[in-house]
Amino acid sequence: MSEEKFDVIVVGGGLAGLTAAYELANAGYETLVVERGDYCGAKNMTGGRLYGHSLEKVIPNFAEEAPIERKIVKENIALLNEKGGVQIAYTSPQLGEGSNASYSVLRGKFDQWLAGKAEEAGAMMVTGIRVDKLIEQDGKVVGIDAGGEEMYADVVILADGVNSLLAQQIGMKKEIEPHEVAVGAKEVFKLSEEIINERFGVANGEGAAILCAGDPTDGNLGGGFIYTNKDTVSVGIVTTLSDIGRSQLSVPKMVERFHNHPMVEPYIKGGELVEYSGHLVTEAGWSMIPELYRDGVLVTGDAAAFVINLGYTVRGMDFAIESGRLAAEAVKRAKAVDDYSADTLSYYKKLLEESFVFRDMKKFSAFPAILEEHMIFNELPAFVGDVFNRMMVVNSEPSGDLVVGIANDFCKRFTMAGIADFVGKLMEVR
Amino acid sequence: MMKKMTIDDKLGLDIYNTDEHESHIDVDLECKDEAEIMKLVLACPAECYKYVDGQFSFSHLGCLECGTCRVLSHDKIVKSWNHPMGTIGVSFRQG
Repeated sequence: MSEEKFDVIVVGGGLAGLTAAYELANAGYETLVVERGDYCGAKNMTGGRLYGHSLEKVIPNFAEEAPIERKIVKENIALLNEKGGVQIAYTSPQLGEGSNASYSVLRGKFDQWLAGKAEEAGAMMVTGIRVDKLIEQDGKVVGIDAGGEEMYADVVILADGVNSLLAQQIGMKKEIEPHEVAVGAKEVFKLSEEIINERFGVANGEGAAILCAGDPTDGNLGGGFIYTNKDTVSVGIVTTLSDIGRSQLSVPKMVERFHNHPMVEPYIKGGELVEYSGHLVTEAGWSMIPELYRDGVLVTGDAAAFVINLGYTVRGMDFAIESGRLAAEAVKRAKAVDDYSADTLSYYKKLLEESFVFRDMKKFSAFPAILEEHMIFNELPAFVGDVFNRMMVVNSEPSGDLVVGIANDFCKRFTMAGIADFVGKLMEVR
Repeated sequence: MMKKMTIDDKLGLDIYNTDEHESHIDVDLECKDEAEIMKLVLACPAECYKYVDGQFSFSHLGCLECGTCRVLSHDKIVKSWNHPMGTIGVSFRQG
Protein backbone atom coordinates (compact mmCIF):
# COMPACT_ATOMS: atom_id res chain seq x y z
CA MET A 1 0.00 0.00 0.00
CA SER A 2 1.35 3.37 -0.96
CA GLU A 3 2.31 5.73 1.79
CA GLU A 4 1.49 9.35 1.19
CA LYS A 5 2.73 12.25 3.21
CA PHE A 6 1.05 15.65 3.34
CA ASP A 7 1.84 18.80 5.23
CA VAL A 8 -1.62 18.74 6.79
CA ILE A 9 -4.56 16.36 6.80
CA VAL A 10 -7.94 17.81 7.76
CA VAL A 11 -10.57 15.30 8.88
CA GLY A 12 -14.03 16.62 8.07
CA GLY A 13 -15.16 18.97 5.33
CA GLY A 14 -17.37 21.27 7.38
CA LEU A 15 -16.82 24.94 8.08
CA ALA A 16 -13.93 24.53 10.53
CA GLY A 17 -12.06 22.03 8.38
CA LEU A 18 -12.62 23.82 5.10
CA THR A 19 -11.57 27.19 6.53
CA ALA A 20 -8.36 25.66 7.86
CA ALA A 21 -7.75 23.94 4.50
CA TYR A 22 -8.43 27.15 2.57
CA GLU A 23 -5.96 29.12 4.68
CA LEU A 24 -3.26 26.44 4.59
CA ALA A 25 -3.58 25.77 0.87
CA ASN A 26 -3.38 29.51 0.25
CA ALA A 27 -0.15 29.56 2.24
CA GLY A 28 1.20 26.92 -0.12
CA TYR A 29 1.00 23.84 2.09
CA GLU A 30 0.02 20.46 0.75
CA THR A 31 -3.36 20.02 2.38
CA LEU A 32 -5.68 17.05 2.21
CA VAL A 33 -9.32 17.18 3.32
CA VAL A 34 -11.00 13.84 4.01
CA GLU A 35 -14.80 13.93 4.17
CA ARG A 36 -17.02 10.88 4.75
CA GLY A 37 -20.04 12.31 2.94
CA ASP A 38 -20.47 12.12 -0.83
CA TYR A 39 -19.71 15.84 -0.86
CA CYS A 40 -18.79 18.42 1.75
CA GLY A 41 -21.99 19.35 3.57
CA ALA A 42 -23.74 16.04 2.91
CA LYS A 43 -23.71 15.14 6.60
CA ASN A 44 -24.06 18.65 7.95
CA MET A 45 -27.09 20.50 9.20
CA THR A 46 -27.82 23.85 10.78
CA GLY A 47 -30.93 25.64 12.02
CA GLY A 48 -29.61 27.89 10.73
CA ARG A 49 -27.95 31.15 10.67
CA LEU A 50 -24.34 32.10 10.10
CA TYR A 51 -23.04 35.23 11.79
CA GLY A 52 -20.83 36.55 9.02
CA HIS A 53 -18.02 38.30 10.93
CA SER A 54 -15.55 35.42 11.10
CA LEU A 55 -15.82 34.30 7.47
CA GLU A 56 -15.58 37.95 6.48
CA LYS A 57 -11.99 37.91 7.77
CA VAL A 58 -11.14 34.89 5.64
CA ILE A 59 -13.03 35.77 2.48
CA PRO A 60 -14.01 39.46 2.50
CA ASN A 61 -17.45 40.15 1.02
CA PHE A 62 -18.12 36.40 0.85
CA ALA A 63 -21.87 36.98 0.74
CA GLU A 64 -21.52 38.37 -2.78
CA GLU A 65 -20.39 35.02 -4.13
CA ALA A 66 -21.40 32.41 -1.54
CA PRO A 67 -24.75 30.63 -1.72
CA ILE A 68 -26.22 32.39 1.29
CA GLU A 69 -30.01 32.23 1.48
CA ARG A 70 -31.06 35.60 2.92
CA LYS A 71 -29.56 38.35 5.04
CA ILE A 72 -31.39 38.33 8.38
CA VAL A 73 -32.88 41.77 9.02
CA LYS A 74 -35.73 40.81 11.35
CA GLU A 75 -35.13 39.14 14.68
CA ASN A 76 -38.08 37.62 16.49
CA ILE A 77 -38.44 36.06 19.90
CA ALA A 78 -41.65 34.22 20.68
CA LEU A 79 -43.01 32.75 23.87
CA LEU A 80 -45.58 30.16 22.92
CA ASN A 81 -48.27 28.50 24.96
CA GLU A 82 -50.45 25.74 23.62
CA LYS A 83 -52.75 27.79 21.42
CA GLY A 84 -51.08 31.15 21.08
CA GLY A 85 -48.23 33.25 22.29
CA VAL A 86 -46.39 36.54 22.28
CA GLN A 87 -43.99 37.43 19.51
CA ILE A 88 -41.59 40.34 19.66
CA ALA A 89 -39.99 41.52 16.43
CA TYR A 90 -36.86 43.59 16.30
CA THR A 91 -35.53 45.39 13.26
CA SER A 92 -32.57 47.72 13.03
CA PRO A 93 -30.21 48.76 10.26
CA GLN A 94 -27.40 47.62 12.58
CA LEU A 95 -28.46 44.01 12.22
CA GLY A 96 -27.34 43.88 8.62
CA GLU A 97 -24.47 46.37 8.63
CA GLY A 98 -21.05 45.28 7.42
CA SER A 99 -19.57 42.48 9.47
CA ASN A 100 -22.60 42.51 11.82
CA ALA A 101 -24.58 40.84 9.08
CA SER A 102 -25.92 37.34 9.60
CA TYR A 103 -27.27 35.05 6.93
CA SER A 104 -29.56 32.07 6.75
CA VAL A 105 -27.65 29.21 5.13
CA LEU A 106 -28.25 25.63 4.10
CA ARG A 107 -25.15 23.54 4.67
CA GLY A 108 -25.65 21.15 1.75
CA LYS A 109 -25.01 24.06 -0.62
CA PHE A 110 -22.87 26.32 1.52
CA ASP A 111 -20.19 23.80 2.46
CA GLN A 112 -19.82 22.72 -1.15
CA TRP A 113 -19.09 26.30 -2.07
CA LEU A 114 -16.43 26.64 0.64
CA ALA A 115 -14.95 23.28 -0.42
CA GLY A 116 -14.69 24.72 -3.93
CA LYS A 117 -12.83 27.73 -2.58
CA ALA A 118 -10.39 25.50 -0.68
CA GLU A 119 -9.90 23.37 -3.77
CA GLU A 120 -9.23 26.47 -5.92
CA ALA A 121 -6.65 27.49 -3.35
CA GLY A 122 -4.95 24.15 -3.93
CA ALA A 123 -6.33 21.85 -1.24
CA MET A 124 -6.96 18.25 -2.21
CA MET A 125 -10.44 16.94 -1.47
CA VAL A 126 -11.26 13.32 -0.89
CA THR A 127 -14.95 12.64 -0.30
CA GLY A 128 -16.81 9.44 0.51
CA ILE A 129 -14.02 8.25 2.80
CA ARG A 130 -14.48 7.62 6.51
CA VAL A 131 -11.40 7.99 8.67
CA ASP A 132 -11.36 5.05 11.08
CA LYS A 133 -8.51 6.01 13.32
CA LEU A 134 -5.55 8.24 13.89
CA ILE A 135 -2.09 6.76 13.50
CA GLU A 136 0.08 7.39 16.52
CA GLN A 137 3.83 6.86 16.76
CA ASP A 138 5.66 7.39 20.04
CA GLY A 139 2.61 9.19 21.40
CA LYS A 140 2.46 11.57 18.44
CA VAL A 141 -0.31 11.71 15.88
CA VAL A 142 1.34 11.19 12.49
CA GLY A 143 -1.51 10.34 10.15
CA ILE A 144 -4.88 8.73 9.51
CA ASP A 145 -6.14 5.27 8.70
CA ALA A 146 -9.15 5.04 6.40
CA GLY A 147 -10.24 1.48 5.76
CA GLY A 148 -6.64 0.24 5.92
CA GLU A 149 -5.32 3.02 3.70
CA GLU A 150 -2.75 4.98 5.65
CA MET A 151 -1.98 8.62 5.00
CA TYR A 152 0.59 10.66 6.85
CA ALA A 153 1.01 14.35 7.66
CA ASP A 154 2.97 16.67 9.91
CA VAL A 155 -0.27 17.74 11.52
CA VAL A 156 -3.80 16.33 11.57
CA ILE A 157 -6.63 18.80 12.16
CA LEU A 158 -9.73 17.17 13.59
CA ALA A 159 -12.84 18.90 12.29
CA ASP A 160 -15.06 15.85 12.45
CA GLY A 161 -18.04 17.38 14.17
CA VAL A 162 -19.94 16.98 17.40
CA ASN A 163 -19.63 13.18 17.30
CA SER A 164 -15.83 13.33 17.07
CA LEU A 165 -15.09 9.68 17.64
CA LEU A 166 -11.46 10.30 16.64
CA ALA A 167 -10.82 12.82 19.44
CA GLN A 168 -12.48 10.34 21.82
CA GLN A 169 -10.40 7.40 20.57
CA ILE A 170 -7.15 9.02 21.56
CA GLY A 171 -8.55 10.38 24.82
CA MET A 172 -8.59 14.08 23.96
CA LYS A 173 -12.34 14.25 24.39
CA LYS A 174 -14.52 12.44 26.88
CA GLU A 175 -17.84 10.79 26.15
CA ILE A 176 -20.68 13.30 25.78
CA GLU A 177 -23.24 13.35 28.60
CA PRO A 178 -26.98 13.81 27.89
CA HIS A 179 -27.22 17.18 29.67
CA GLU A 180 -24.41 18.56 27.49
CA VAL A 181 -26.17 18.21 24.14
CA ALA A 182 -29.55 18.58 22.49
CA VAL A 183 -31.10 16.89 19.52
CA GLY A 184 -32.26 19.15 16.72
CA ALA A 185 -34.78 18.08 14.09
CA LYS A 186 -35.61 20.27 11.14
CA GLU A 187 -38.05 20.41 8.25
CA VAL A 188 -37.43 22.48 5.12
CA PHE A 189 -40.59 23.66 3.36
CA LYS A 190 -40.59 24.91 -0.19
CA LEU A 191 -42.57 28.07 -0.90
CA SER A 192 -42.06 30.82 -3.44
CA GLU A 193 -39.71 33.72 -2.80
CA GLU A 194 -42.67 36.13 -3.07
CA ILE A 195 -44.79 34.27 -0.54
CA ILE A 196 -41.92 34.23 1.95
CA ASN A 197 -41.38 37.97 1.43
CA GLU A 198 -45.05 38.65 2.09
CA ARG A 199 -45.51 36.39 5.09
CA PHE A 200 -42.40 37.52 6.90
CA GLY A 201 -42.62 41.14 5.77
CA VAL A 202 -39.21 41.24 4.12
CA ALA A 203 -37.82 42.25 0.74
CA ASN A 204 -35.99 40.06 -1.76
CA GLY A 205 -32.74 38.82 -0.28
CA GLU A 206 -33.77 39.79 3.23
CA GLY A 207 -34.99 37.40 5.84
CA ALA A 208 -36.24 36.73 9.33
CA ALA A 209 -35.32 34.52 12.25
CA ILE A 210 -37.85 33.45 14.87
CA LEU A 211 -36.68 31.72 18.04
CA CYS A 212 -39.45 30.25 20.15
CA ALA A 213 -39.61 29.00 23.72
CA GLY A 214 -42.42 27.27 25.53
CA ASP A 215 -44.87 25.02 23.79
CA PRO A 216 -42.66 23.60 20.99
CA THR A 217 -40.84 21.24 23.34
CA ASP A 218 -43.85 20.56 25.57
CA GLY A 219 -42.05 21.75 28.70
CA ASN A 220 -38.69 20.14 27.90
CA LEU A 221 -35.65 22.38 27.86
CA GLY A 222 -35.17 23.65 24.33
CA GLY A 223 -37.17 25.56 21.79
CA GLY A 224 -38.32 25.97 18.26
CA PHE A 225 -36.79 27.90 15.40
CA ILE A 226 -37.88 29.32 12.06
CA TYR A 227 -35.46 30.72 9.49
CA THR A 228 -36.33 32.06 6.07
CA ASN A 229 -34.21 30.77 3.20
CA LYS A 230 -34.39 32.05 -0.36
CA ASP A 231 -37.39 29.97 -1.43
CA THR A 232 -37.72 27.64 1.53
CA VAL A 233 -38.41 28.00 5.23
CA SER A 234 -36.54 25.97 7.86
CA VAL A 235 -38.67 24.95 10.83
CA GLY A 236 -37.55 22.78 13.69
CA ILE A 237 -37.05 22.09 17.36
CA VAL A 238 -34.12 21.51 19.67
CA THR A 239 -34.45 19.66 22.98
CA THR A 240 -31.85 18.76 25.58
CA LEU A 241 -31.17 15.03 25.85
CA SER A 242 -31.28 14.90 29.65
CA ASP A 243 -34.92 16.02 29.42
CA ILE A 244 -35.97 13.17 27.16
CA GLY A 245 -38.83 11.37 28.88
CA ARG A 246 -39.99 14.45 30.76
CA SER A 247 -42.49 15.01 27.98
CA GLN A 248 -44.20 11.97 26.52
CA LEU A 249 -44.01 13.55 23.08
CA SER A 250 -41.35 12.07 20.83
CA VAL A 251 -38.98 14.38 18.97
CA PRO A 252 -40.75 13.77 15.61
CA LYS A 253 -44.07 14.57 17.33
CA MET A 254 -42.61 17.80 18.74
CA VAL A 255 -41.66 18.81 15.21
CA GLU A 256 -45.25 18.17 14.08
CA ARG A 257 -46.69 20.02 17.07
CA PHE A 258 -44.45 23.00 16.37
CA HIS A 259 -45.21 23.34 12.68
CA ASN A 260 -48.94 23.02 13.38
CA HIS A 261 -48.86 25.66 16.14
CA PRO A 262 -51.29 28.51 15.31
CA MET A 263 -48.41 31.01 15.31
CA VAL A 264 -46.15 28.90 13.10
CA GLU A 265 -48.46 27.30 10.58
CA PRO A 266 -49.47 30.56 8.81
CA TYR A 267 -45.83 31.07 7.81
CA ILE A 268 -45.48 27.72 6.08
CA LYS A 269 -49.03 26.93 5.02
CA GLY A 270 -49.13 25.26 1.62
CA GLY A 271 -45.39 24.68 1.72
CA GLU A 272 -44.09 21.41 0.38
CA LEU A 273 -41.71 19.49 2.64
CA VAL A 274 -38.46 18.89 0.76
CA GLU A 275 -36.17 17.57 3.50
CA TYR A 276 -36.21 16.29 7.06
CA SER A 277 -32.97 16.23 9.02
CA GLY A 278 -31.55 15.71 12.48
CA HIS A 279 -28.34 16.57 14.29
CA LEU A 280 -26.81 16.87 17.74
CA VAL A 281 -26.29 20.38 19.09
CA THR A 282 -23.68 21.22 21.70
CA GLU A 283 -25.31 22.94 24.68
CA ALA A 284 -22.83 23.01 27.55
CA GLY A 285 -20.13 24.82 25.56
CA TRP A 286 -17.34 26.04 27.82
CA SER A 287 -17.41 23.11 30.25
CA MET A 288 -17.25 20.60 27.38
CA ILE A 289 -14.17 21.91 25.60
CA PRO A 290 -11.79 18.97 25.10
CA GLU A 291 -8.00 18.97 24.95
CA LEU A 292 -7.36 21.19 21.94
CA TYR A 293 -3.84 20.17 20.95
CA ARG A 294 -1.41 17.34 21.33
CA ASP A 295 1.70 16.31 19.46
CA GLY A 296 0.70 16.44 15.79
CA VAL A 297 -3.01 17.13 16.25
CA LEU A 298 -5.49 19.99 16.75
CA VAL A 299 -9.25 19.88 17.47
CA THR A 300 -11.57 22.50 15.91
CA GLY A 301 -15.21 23.52 15.48
CA ASP A 302 -18.04 21.35 16.78
CA ALA A 303 -15.54 18.62 17.69
CA ALA A 304 -14.09 21.15 20.15
CA ALA A 305 -17.60 22.07 21.44
CA PHE A 306 -17.26 25.67 20.24
CA VAL A 307 -20.95 26.54 20.50
CA ILE A 308 -22.97 29.06 22.50
CA ASN A 309 -26.68 28.65 22.91
CA LEU A 310 -28.32 31.56 24.69
CA GLY A 311 -31.80 30.72 23.56
CA TYR A 312 -32.12 34.01 21.65
CA THR A 313 -28.86 33.59 19.77
CA VAL A 314 -27.31 30.29 18.77
CA ARG A 315 -23.74 30.42 17.56
CA GLY A 316 -21.46 27.67 16.34
CA MET A 317 -20.62 28.23 12.72
CA ASP A 318 -18.86 31.55 13.33
CA PHE A 319 -16.77 29.86 16.04
CA ALA A 320 -16.04 26.91 13.75
CA ILE A 321 -14.72 29.23 11.04
CA GLU A 322 -12.58 31.23 13.48
CA SER A 323 -11.18 28.08 15.08
CA GLY A 324 -10.31 26.71 11.64
CA ARG A 325 -8.53 29.94 10.78
CA LEU A 326 -6.61 29.95 14.07
CA ALA A 327 -5.68 26.28 13.70
CA ALA A 328 -4.22 27.19 10.30
CA GLU A 329 -2.24 30.03 11.91
CA ALA A 330 -0.82 27.64 14.50
CA VAL A 331 0.12 25.11 11.82
CA LYS A 332 1.85 27.81 9.74
CA ARG A 333 3.97 28.72 12.75
CA ALA A 334 4.78 25.06 13.40
CA LYS A 335 5.78 24.64 9.74
CA ALA A 336 8.07 27.64 9.98
CA VAL A 337 10.09 25.98 12.75
CA ASP A 338 9.43 22.44 11.52
CA ASP A 339 8.23 21.38 14.95
CA TYR A 340 4.81 19.83 15.45
CA SER A 341 5.01 19.11 19.14
CA ALA A 342 2.23 19.95 21.57
CA ASP A 343 4.43 22.74 22.83
CA THR A 344 4.53 24.52 19.47
CA LEU A 345 0.91 23.72 18.65
CA SER A 346 -0.20 25.20 21.98
CA TYR A 347 -0.06 28.48 20.05
CA TYR A 348 -3.52 27.47 18.75
CA LYS A 349 -4.95 27.66 22.26
CA LYS A 350 -3.19 30.96 22.89
CA LEU A 351 -4.79 32.39 19.75
CA LEU A 352 -8.18 31.08 20.82
CA GLU A 353 -7.79 32.68 24.23
CA GLU A 354 -7.11 36.02 22.58
CA SER A 355 -10.04 35.63 20.17
CA PHE A 356 -13.76 36.21 20.50
CA VAL A 357 -14.21 32.43 20.62
CA PHE A 358 -12.91 32.02 24.16
CA ARG A 359 -13.93 35.52 25.22
CA ASP A 360 -17.59 34.95 24.38
CA MET A 361 -17.73 31.34 25.49
CA LYS A 362 -16.23 32.26 28.84
CA LYS A 363 -18.53 35.24 29.25
CA PHE A 364 -21.59 33.07 28.84
CA SER A 365 -20.18 29.98 30.53
CA ALA A 366 -22.76 30.10 33.32
CA PHE A 367 -25.59 30.68 30.89
CA PRO A 368 -26.43 27.01 30.26
CA ALA A 369 -27.41 26.82 33.95
CA ILE A 370 -29.99 29.56 33.35
CA LEU A 371 -31.34 27.73 30.34
CA GLU A 372 -31.70 24.65 32.53
CA GLU A 373 -34.43 26.48 34.43
CA HIS A 374 -37.68 24.83 33.37
CA MET A 375 -39.47 27.99 34.51
CA ILE A 376 -38.39 29.78 31.35
CA PHE A 377 -39.97 27.09 29.20
CA ASN A 378 -43.14 26.43 31.23
CA GLU A 379 -44.37 29.06 33.70
CA LEU A 380 -43.00 32.13 31.92
CA PRO A 381 -44.70 31.60 28.52
CA ALA A 382 -47.91 30.67 30.36
CA PHE A 383 -47.74 33.80 32.53
CA VAL A 384 -47.04 36.08 29.57
CA GLY A 385 -50.05 34.52 27.86
CA ASP A 386 -52.20 35.26 30.93
CA VAL A 387 -51.11 38.90 31.00
CA PHE A 388 -51.72 39.51 27.31
CA ASN A 389 -55.11 37.81 27.53
CA ARG A 390 -56.01 40.14 30.37
CA MET A 391 -54.88 43.21 28.42
CA MET A 392 -56.09 42.38 24.94
CA VAL A 393 -59.32 40.43 25.32
CA VAL A 394 -62.30 42.80 25.27
CA ASN A 395 -65.87 41.61 25.85
CA SER A 396 -68.96 42.34 27.99
CA GLU A 397 -67.63 40.46 31.02
CA PRO A 398 -66.37 42.50 33.99
CA SER A 399 -62.65 42.94 33.49
CA GLY A 400 -61.55 43.79 37.04
CA ASP A 401 -58.42 45.63 38.02
CA LEU A 402 -55.55 44.96 35.64
CA VAL A 403 -52.75 45.19 38.19
CA VAL A 404 -54.52 42.97 40.72
CA GLY A 405 -55.29 40.54 37.92
CA ILE A 406 -51.68 40.37 36.79
CA ALA A 407 -50.57 39.90 40.38
CA ASN A 408 -53.02 37.01 40.68
CA ASP A 409 -51.73 35.47 37.46
CA PHE A 410 -48.20 35.81 38.75
CA CYS A 411 -49.02 34.07 42.03
CA LYS A 412 -50.84 31.33 40.14
CA ARG A 413 -47.81 30.56 37.94
CA PHE A 414 -44.82 31.15 40.21
CA THR A 415 -43.72 30.40 43.75
CA MET A 416 -41.49 32.77 45.70
CA ALA A 417 -38.95 30.02 46.19
CA GLY A 418 -38.81 29.45 42.44
CA ILE A 419 -38.31 33.16 41.75
CA ALA A 420 -35.63 33.48 44.42
CA ASP A 421 -33.78 30.50 42.99
CA PHE A 422 -33.97 31.93 39.46
CA VAL A 423 -32.80 35.41 40.51
CA GLY A 424 -29.94 33.80 42.42
CA LYS A 425 -28.82 32.02 39.26
CA LEU A 426 -29.08 35.23 37.24
CA MET A 427 -26.86 37.04 39.74
CA GLU A 428 -24.27 34.28 39.46
CA VAL A 429 -24.12 34.75 35.70
CA ARG A 430 -23.55 38.46 36.06
CA MET B 1 -53.25 22.00 9.84
CA MET B 2 -50.31 21.15 7.65
CA LYS B 3 -50.58 18.00 5.57
CA LYS B 4 -50.10 15.03 7.86
CA MET B 5 -47.05 13.01 6.94
CA THR B 6 -45.68 9.90 8.61
CA ILE B 7 -42.02 9.73 9.53
CA ASP B 8 -41.54 7.29 6.65
CA ASP B 9 -43.04 9.84 4.24
CA LYS B 10 -40.62 12.45 5.54
CA LEU B 11 -37.54 10.24 5.46
CA GLY B 12 -38.59 9.18 1.98
CA LEU B 13 -37.78 12.72 0.83
CA ASP B 14 -34.17 12.40 1.98
CA ILE B 15 -31.43 10.90 -0.15
CA TYR B 16 -29.95 7.69 1.20
CA ASN B 17 -27.33 5.30 0.01
CA THR B 18 -28.18 2.52 2.39
CA ASP B 19 -26.20 -0.53 3.27
CA GLU B 20 -29.20 -2.84 3.76
CA HIS B 21 -27.29 -5.48 5.66
CA GLU B 22 -24.58 -3.80 7.68
CA SER B 23 -25.77 -1.52 10.50
CA HIS B 24 -23.42 1.13 11.88
CA ILE B 25 -25.21 0.85 15.22
CA ASP B 26 -25.21 -2.33 17.30
CA VAL B 27 -28.29 -2.45 19.51
CA ASP B 28 -29.07 -4.77 22.42
CA LEU B 29 -32.58 -5.88 21.46
CA GLU B 30 -32.73 -8.20 24.47
CA CYS B 31 -32.84 -5.20 26.80
CA LYS B 32 -35.84 -5.33 29.13
CA ASP B 33 -35.32 -1.93 30.78
CA GLU B 34 -38.43 -0.15 29.59
CA ALA B 35 -37.35 3.31 30.78
CA GLU B 36 -34.09 3.00 28.86
CA ILE B 37 -35.90 1.77 25.75
CA MET B 38 -38.43 4.62 25.90
CA LYS B 39 -35.67 7.23 25.97
CA LEU B 40 -34.47 6.04 22.58
CA VAL B 41 -38.01 5.70 21.21
CA LEU B 42 -38.82 9.29 22.23
CA ALA B 43 -35.53 10.89 21.23
CA CYS B 44 -34.65 9.36 17.85
CA PRO B 45 -35.71 11.92 15.23
CA ALA B 46 -36.00 9.17 12.61
CA GLU B 47 -37.99 6.72 14.78
CA CYS B 48 -35.39 4.02 14.19
CA TYR B 49 -36.25 2.63 17.64
CA LYS B 50 -39.74 1.20 18.15
CA TYR B 51 -41.46 -0.30 21.18
CA VAL B 52 -44.84 -1.72 20.29
CA ASP B 53 -46.82 -4.11 22.52
CA GLY B 54 -43.76 -4.90 24.56
CA GLN B 55 -41.73 -5.65 21.44
CA PHE B 56 -38.49 -3.67 21.05
CA SER B 57 -37.14 -3.27 17.52
CA PHE B 58 -34.52 -1.24 15.71
CA SER B 59 -33.74 -0.49 12.07
CA HIS B 60 -30.76 1.54 10.90
CA LEU B 61 -32.54 2.31 7.60
CA GLY B 62 -33.59 5.95 7.77
CA CYS B 63 -30.97 6.85 10.39
CA LEU B 64 -30.04 10.54 10.24
CA GLU B 65 -26.67 9.82 11.90
CA CYS B 66 -27.20 12.38 14.65
CA GLY B 67 -25.68 10.31 17.45
CA THR B 68 -28.51 10.98 19.90
CA CYS B 69 -28.90 7.29 20.80
CA ARG B 70 -25.17 6.95 21.39
CA VAL B 71 -25.17 9.80 23.89
CA LEU B 72 -28.32 8.58 25.64
CA SER B 73 -27.48 4.92 25.92
CA HIS B 74 -23.87 4.12 25.12
CA ASP B 75 -22.74 0.95 26.83
CA LYS B 76 -26.36 0.21 27.64
CA ILE B 77 -28.71 -0.42 24.72
CA VAL B 78 -26.33 1.02 22.14
CA LYS B 79 -23.50 -1.50 22.26
CA SER B 80 -21.51 0.26 19.56
CA TRP B 81 -22.01 3.25 17.30
CA ASN B 82 -19.89 4.35 14.38
CA HIS B 83 -20.35 6.72 11.49
CA PRO B 84 -21.49 4.72 8.45
CA MET B 85 -18.76 3.88 5.93
CA GLY B 86 -17.88 6.60 3.41
CA THR B 87 -20.70 7.45 0.94
CA ILE B 88 -23.12 5.27 2.94
CA GLY B 89 -26.14 6.73 4.72
CA VAL B 90 -28.00 9.99 4.44
CA SER B 91 -26.97 12.92 2.22
CA PHE B 92 -28.51 16.28 3.03
CA ARG B 93 -29.10 18.41 -0.04
CA GLN B 94 -30.46 21.26 2.05
CA GLY B 95 -28.93 20.68 5.48
